[in-house]
Parts: sequence; structure tokens; C-alpha cells
Amino acid sequence: MKVGIPAEIAQDELRVAATPKTVKRLQKQGFDVYIQHDAGIKANFSDKEFEEAGAKIVASAADIYRDSDIVLKVKEPTLEEVDLMHEGLVLLSHLWPDQNKELIQKLADKKVNAVAMDAIPRISRAQKMDVRSSMANIAGYRAVIEGSYHFGRFLNGQITAAGKVDPAKVLVIGAGVAGLAAIGAANSLGAIVRAFDTRKEVAEQIESMGASFLTVEIDEDGATSSGYSKEMSKEFIEAEMQLFLEQAKDVDIIITTALIPGRPAPKLILDYHVAAMKPGSVIIDLAASAGGNCTQTKNGEIVTTENGVIIVGKLDQLPNQASQLYGNNLCHLLDDMGKAENFKIDMNDDVISRSMVTFDGKVNWPPAPLQVSPTAGGGAATKPVLPTPEELKAQEAAIAKKKAVSTAIGLGVVGLLLFLIGKFAPQESNFLQHMTVFVLAVFVGWQLITNVTHALHTPLMSVTNAISGIIIVGGLLQTTNDASSPVTIIALVAILLASINIVGGFLVTHRMLKMFQK
Amino acid sequence: MIGHEIQTAAYLFASILFILSLGGLSSQESAKRGVMYGIVGMIIALLATVLGHEAEGHVYILVAVAIASLIGVSLARKVEMTAMPQLIAILHSFVGLAAVLVGFGSYLDPETQTLTGATHSIHVVEVYVGIFIGALTFTGSIIAWGKLDGKIMSKALIYPGRHAINILLLIVTAILGVLFAQAEGTDGMIYLYIMTAIGCFIGVMMVMAIGGGDMPVVVSMLNSYSGWAAAAAGFMLGNDLLIVTGALVGSSGAILSIHMSKAMNRKFVSVILGGFGNTSGSSKAIEGEITTINHEEAADLLKQAKSIVIVPGYGMAVAKAQYPIHDLVQTLRKEGKEVRFAIHPVAGRLPGHMNVLLAEAKVPYDIVMEMDEINPDLPDTDVVMVIGANDVVNPSAQDDPGCSIYGMPVIEAWKAEKVIIMKRSMSAGYSGEDNPLFYKDNSEMLLGDAKDSVDKLLSYIKK
Repeated sequence: MKVGIPAEIAQDELRVAATPKTVKRLQKQGFDVYIQHDAGIKANFSDKEFEEAGAKIVASAADIYRDSDIVLKVKEPTLEEVDLMHEGLVLLSHLWPDQNKELIQKLADKKVNAVAMDAIPRISRAQKMDVRSSMANIAGYRAVIEGSYHFGRFLNGQITAAGKVDPAKVLVIGAGVAGLAAIGAANSLGAIVRAFDTRKEVAEQIESMGASFLTVEIDEDGATSSGYSKEMSKEFIEAEMQLFLEQAKDVDIIITTALIPGRPAPKLILDYHVAAMKPGSVIIDLAASAGGNCTQTKNGEIVTTENGVIIVGKLDQLPNQASQLYGNNLCHLLDDMGKAENFKIDMNDDVISRSMVTFDGKVNWPPAPLQVSPTAGGGAATKPVLPTPEELKAQEAAIAKKKAVSTAIGLGVVGLLLFLIGKFAPQESNFLQHMTVFVLAVFVGWQLITNVTHALHTPLMSVTNAISGIIIVGGLLQTTNDASSPVTIIALVAILLASINIVGGFLVTHRMLKMFQK
Repeated sequence: MIGHEIQTAAYLFASILFILSLGGLSSQESAKRGVMYGIVGMIIALLATVLGHEAEGHVYILVAVAIASLIGVSLARKVEMTAMPQLIAILHSFVGLAAVLVGFGSYLDPETQTLTGATHSIHVVEVYVGIFIGALTFTGSIIAWGKLDGKIMSKALIYPGRHAINILLLIVTAILGVLFAQAEGTDGMIYLYIMTAIGCFIGVMMVMAIGGGDMPVVVSMLNSYSGWAAAAAGFMLGNDLLIVTGALVGSSGAILSIHMSKAMNRKFVSVILGGFGNTSGSSKAIEGEITTINHEEAADLLKQAKSIVIVPGYGMAVAKAQYPIHDLVQTLRKEGKEVRFAIHPVAGRLPGHMNVLLAEAKVPYDIVMEMDEINPDLPDTDVVMVIGANDVVNPSAQDDPGCSIYGMPVIEAWKAEKVIIMKRSMSAGYSGEDNPLFYKDNSEMLLGDAKDSVDKLLSYIKK
């Protein structure tokens, strides 16, 4: 089978869908690889390198589209490019099907089977082909590097002979892959990093990357079953804005990464936030292409506001690195589709059926939702079914009701027993008085031990062991001055045993506790 | 001689001290004080009893206590920390036997012969119940001791109809009890003997039926029984101090057993009914291959790692590897690595067993973490070193419903970058389940005696 890689025609697209390394890999999978002349030039891959890796160089894109069975692309094709495609061609590319309805329809009309790499579902099994993750990783890293470039100071704090330098403060908004990558990069450059996300579940990830997690005091979780965040309530957003305002006054670099799939990016940094920032501060808006998280972002431009804040709406793509990762993602997908010899479009496969936006002349978008939230537990590929909040509530209510019923029954039984004891206990014995003492002591013991730390269970047992040697009192009371009476002999043996217990138990506990030290 | 009122007051004071003693054990800082409270309470209780007007035969008592103290001191001094479970089990049996003896003594005591009517019935019932619990504790603890010490095979002994036999025996015991209560004077002795034998038998069978893996639960359950036995003795002697102390110990033991069962995700009742440890194997075939490494390679892994978590198990106790492990940990920590311990609630054969062993080797307790504290950190950990633990790191507990330990919370060692598993051989853990962890791509086996292995690792790392 022939795999073709055309050059990207958009001026600002520097990446290419294959690198010499992935070309080798494609050949191992059994594909013949054809690449357009100078396709990799903007990502610093020369035709020579591709040829050495085993690809054949083709002069024009038209030839590629005509002769290939599979075409690998980075950016979505233009309508003119689609015209060059033939029926049955398999296209792997970014397509953004929500934004490019017309293009998708045209692909379907042309009977091109197109896989939108950006629509690969985010389940564990598909992580190796998740281009959004691999691209976001680069973006996050680059955001910090560019932020540092535009920001006129060190990121890390230093104490030098020439004086003290305070560390820069970086705020990362949105802790997706890009956000986390940015946190990691900023942290390793020595900045003080804070991060905000509406999803509470990522707090741990944020902290693990070395940032402190900022949150607002409203109990609302932005996590959804699709793995993305949802839009939040008005109260939440107000509190969030207030938080951002406080942070804007304090931090030096803000990196925003908030994206909601299929919608314009939420506006998080408003004019008054920008106005509150110190001159020389930097905003890196990774959502610029979706409209920007900052109101003043201009896509593809770097602007400086009146108060001297630099807002970066364009990022270098690190085309060499990005092409390599993107190419790997494509190879993984082709691996999953059966490589060259068993190549097949399996519409029963979760990953394929969801990312295959056009198949056999029909538009296959949007697909049915798939549950992938990490809170659903380990094996995401097995599609865990989460109970709805109502079901959970009903369950809880049922359990609470059951508990209440069993508590009532238990108390009833206890009450009845006590009544019987009271009725039949003889007046002359003080049995009931002993019973009172006994029951209260049981409760005291129960309460005491609930608090004992796990580490001290062994000493606890040996101490209770020693204390239960109190049975010695029984023996002591029974001993008489007549050493030949059986009662005395029995009592003395009991005393002997219990004393061993008391002495041994206390001593060994003491020995153990001496060892515990900080 | 002191008056009855003063004696009662002293008993009350002793009870308070015992409560403070148990309360003190809730944290490391206050634990030592807790033991002192216990000792003072015990001394006050004993003095108040011996000085009371009821006490006689002081010379004999002194002799008995002196001999016992010698034995007790030598036991406590000599015992190795790894043998702690056995010591505790055997001490439980002493309490059980003492309770039996006190029960017999109380029945034979001429003073109680003069009781009549309902008071007499209540007294004999108390004697009967007290002896039964005592006998059960006595033999049960001896069997537990034997199993822990390796003198009796630790596998659960199960025979068909054992529940039926136990129930039958309980019914017989109840019938004998009725006959016993009706007997005049000391004529009931024969019933008492038979019942004691039955109690002993039930104790043996009960613990025999419980597998080695459930031993922490059994030991704390026997702890609880020894308390109830003391409380029963308190009832028959009409002594509130015994009742209070017995009840404290009994309920604390009970809650400990329930804690332990919860940690294994098993119902307390099903642990007690026994039979664990012999269930058929896993329903899932395990994929992958076991890979082994040598000490040098393992040492390299440790050298490269930044964060290390050590998961100790019973194997560490058996090999007494806690001392070299401490040296290893110190060496690694000096090199700026983060080294922590992860302790599963049921690791070892006694609740808190691992903590005691590590404390013995002077491992600071602030780097010893509980399972719930450490699990979230494991995905960011470079190397997890499993030393002589098996079931507590078995992933089947999470993903294989056919496995007998399914649902038990485990330490998620497999989430770390690399897992080194030190093991003597490739045999299964106490539960008898095969462990898929060993087959995972990121885990390496380091076979051999744990102590030897750690010593070798240490020498390579110091090079």
C-alpha cells in the first residue's frame, strides 16, 4: 500500500506529517512511502534525509493525492486539495469537524474516508495516538519558554553578589496536558507556579508537577465524563474572576490553556484583569486560535497593551519536535488499523468509529458520547458505567434507611433484654448494678480504641494483655491461709499465670514503645 | 488492713488509670505515659486487694508473684520483635487458663456454697459462662501460638459439617448448664468438667479452621476473649474492677478485630467461621513473563531513582531484614533520595507488626506511611521495593472478581515506574493466589533471602 505525504500549503503551518524516523517505521509496517518535494523543509527535514530513510520524493501534491491509498496530513485540507483526492482514499489529518462542516461534507461527497486525528477519543488505549495531547505538551512547554523570553527577568530567584533576584510568579489556567506541561517547565526553570482548574480531580496532578492548586470557595466540580471541563455557573465564574483579579496583581506571567471542545474559548482574562497587571508582565494565550482566553488576545500576533502588558497570541510550534510526535501518533494509529497487510477500517472499534468522520460517503459526526473520565477508575477501555447523581442519592437514601431500621431493631432488642433482666433479676443480688458497670465500660473501651493509630496496634494489644492480667484479683481473693485446700492451690496457680501476664505484658510494651522514635 | 470503702475507691482509681492507659496509646508521644498509667493502676489494684480484709495467705501470694515475675521478665527481655505475635498469643492463653481456674475456685469456695435461691443460680451461671469463655480462650490461643510459631501448619483445617458439630456442642453445653445450675452444693462438678472439655475443643477447632493470613484478626479476637473472660470472673466474684477492666479489654479487642477484617475487606463473621486460605485459584490466566534481575542491576535502579517506596511484609520479619534495610534507607537518604515505607494494615501476622519491627531497627516513624497515605504518590514513584510481601500488593484484588482476595484494598505498587520484588521463591502468598504483579512489564524479581539481598544491595550502592 502507498502512503503519501503532501507538503502543507498553509504558510503558517511548519509541521509535516512524517519525519525520516517515522518513514522508516511506516516501511517496517509494510507501506511504501511517497513524500512531496520539500514537504519537510520548514520543520528542518531535507528531501535527502527522507530519501535516505527510504521514501520516494514526488514532485507535486496532485501526484500524491492521485496515487496514494493513504494520505497523511497535519492541517485540514483546503477544498481545493479535496478536489485532488480520489474515491476510497484514506486521509489521516487534523479536521476539526465541528468547525469545518463544509469540508467534511465535501470529503464525504468525494467518498474519502477521513480520520480526524483531533477526534481520537481520550481513552487509555488511544493515548499513544492522541495528537491533542502530544501537541498540547509541546505548546505548554513552549508557552513557558516564550513567556520567559518576553518577560525581562530571570524566572528563578537568585542571590548574587550584585543583589537579590526574586523568583517570577507564573499562573497557569487550565491543567490539561498543556497546562501540566507548562507547570512542569516553569517549575523546572525555578519560577513560583500556581495553577487553576475548575476540575477538582486535577489538584493532585497539579501539585505533583510542582505548582500550588488555586481554587474558589464554591463547591462545584467542572469535570465531565468526556474528560474535558464544562462551563460553570454564574456564581462560580464571579468567584473565579475575583480570584484571577487578585492573582493578576501579583503574578508576572499568565499562561491560559482553557478550551471547551467545539466552542469558542471561554474569556477568563478580561480587560480589568489586564489593566491590573504590572508593566512588563506577560500573558501567553494558548487558546488564541479558538478566540483566546484573554479579551485582548489577537490570534497570530504579539501585542503590548497601554500599561505595558505583553499578550502573546502566537506560538512557535517547535515544528521539528511536533512533526516527530505527530508522526509517531499517526504510526500508532496505522498499527491499530492493521498495518499494510491487514489494513482495514473497523467501524466496531471505539477509536476508529469515533475519529472516522467520513466513511463510505457518509458523514459520521458527531459520534455518541463515550465515558472516559479518569475518576471512573483504572480500565477506561472497558467503558465503565457511572451511576447518575440521582441514582447515587437514591442508593444513599436506601442505605441510610436500612441503617435506621436496623438500629431501631437493635435498640428494641437491647431494651427488651434489659427489661427481662430487670424483671427477673433478684433483688438481693447486685447483678444489675454490675451489669450497668459492665455495659458502660464496654462503651468506654469502644470509644477509646477507635482513636488508636494503626502503628500502635501491637503495643496496644500487649498492654491490654497485661491489663487483662487483672484476673489475678480473682485468685488473690480466693487464696486462704490453708495451703492444702484445693481452692487455694487453684488460686495460686491462677495468680502465677496472671502475674506472668502482667509483668511480661507491661515490660514488652515498654520495650516496644522505647523503639518508636521520630 | 484497709476498709471496704477505701478498697472500692482504690479500684475506681485503678479503673480510671486503665482507661487513661488505653487512651494514651492513641499516639506515639503519649504511649509511654499510657504504659505508666497502666502499671500504676495495676499496682494500686493489687495493693488494694492484698491489703483488704478478704485477703489471706500473703506469703503464698508473694511467692507465686515472685516466681511469675521472674518468668515474665525473662520472657519479655528475651523475645525477639519478630516473635511478638507468638508471645502475645501465649499470654492470652494464660489469661484464659487463669479465668478457668478462678471459675473453679469460685465454685468450690465454701462461701459461695451458702448462697441460695436466685442469687445462687446467677452465681453458678456466671461461673459456668466464665469458665466456658476462659477455656475457649485458653486452647484457641495455644493453637494460634502454634500456628504463628510454625509448630502447627498454618493452613485452615476444614472438615465437612464443622458448623453443625459446633452448634451441636453449643447446645450440649447449654443443656449441661441447666443441669449444672440445678445441682446442689458441689455436685455439679462433673458437668463443669465436661463443659470445660467442650470449651477447649471448640477453641481448638475454631482457630484450626482459620488460615494463616487471617491471623491478625484471630490474635486480636483472642485478645478480646481474654477480656470477656476477666469480665465474667468479675461477675462471679462481684468485683467491679474486674468487670470494668475486662470490658475495656474485651471491647478494644473486638474493635481491633473489626478494623483488621475491614482492612482485608472481609466480613468479621466469615473470618471467625474460618476456611479462608483454601479457596480455589484465580479465574484469570496471567499474561506476561517473569523477569529476574541480579543485585547489581537492582542497586543501579535504586541509585538512579529519586523517590523510593519500600513495601515490607512478613518475609522481612522472617528474614529479620529490618536492620540492613534501615542501613540501606539511611544510605539512600543521605544521597538526597526520598525513601518511604508503605505499610498495609494487615502486613505481618499481628496488627501493626511491621511498624514495631521498623521501630526496632530505628527507622524514624515519620517516613513510615499507611497504605492510604502512600497510594496516591505511587504513580510518581521511581522504584517500589517489595520485601517479602505478596498479597498486599496483588493487583488481582482490584481487577479479578474471581480471586479470593478481590476487593481487599492493596498497595498499588504496579503504578510506580519500576517494581523490585524480593522473594525467597516463586511460591504464592498466604491466600494461595498467584500474583500478576510479578508478571508485569515494569516488575523485576530479585530472588533470595531478604536479609542477604539487602546486604548485597547495600554493598553495591556504597561502591
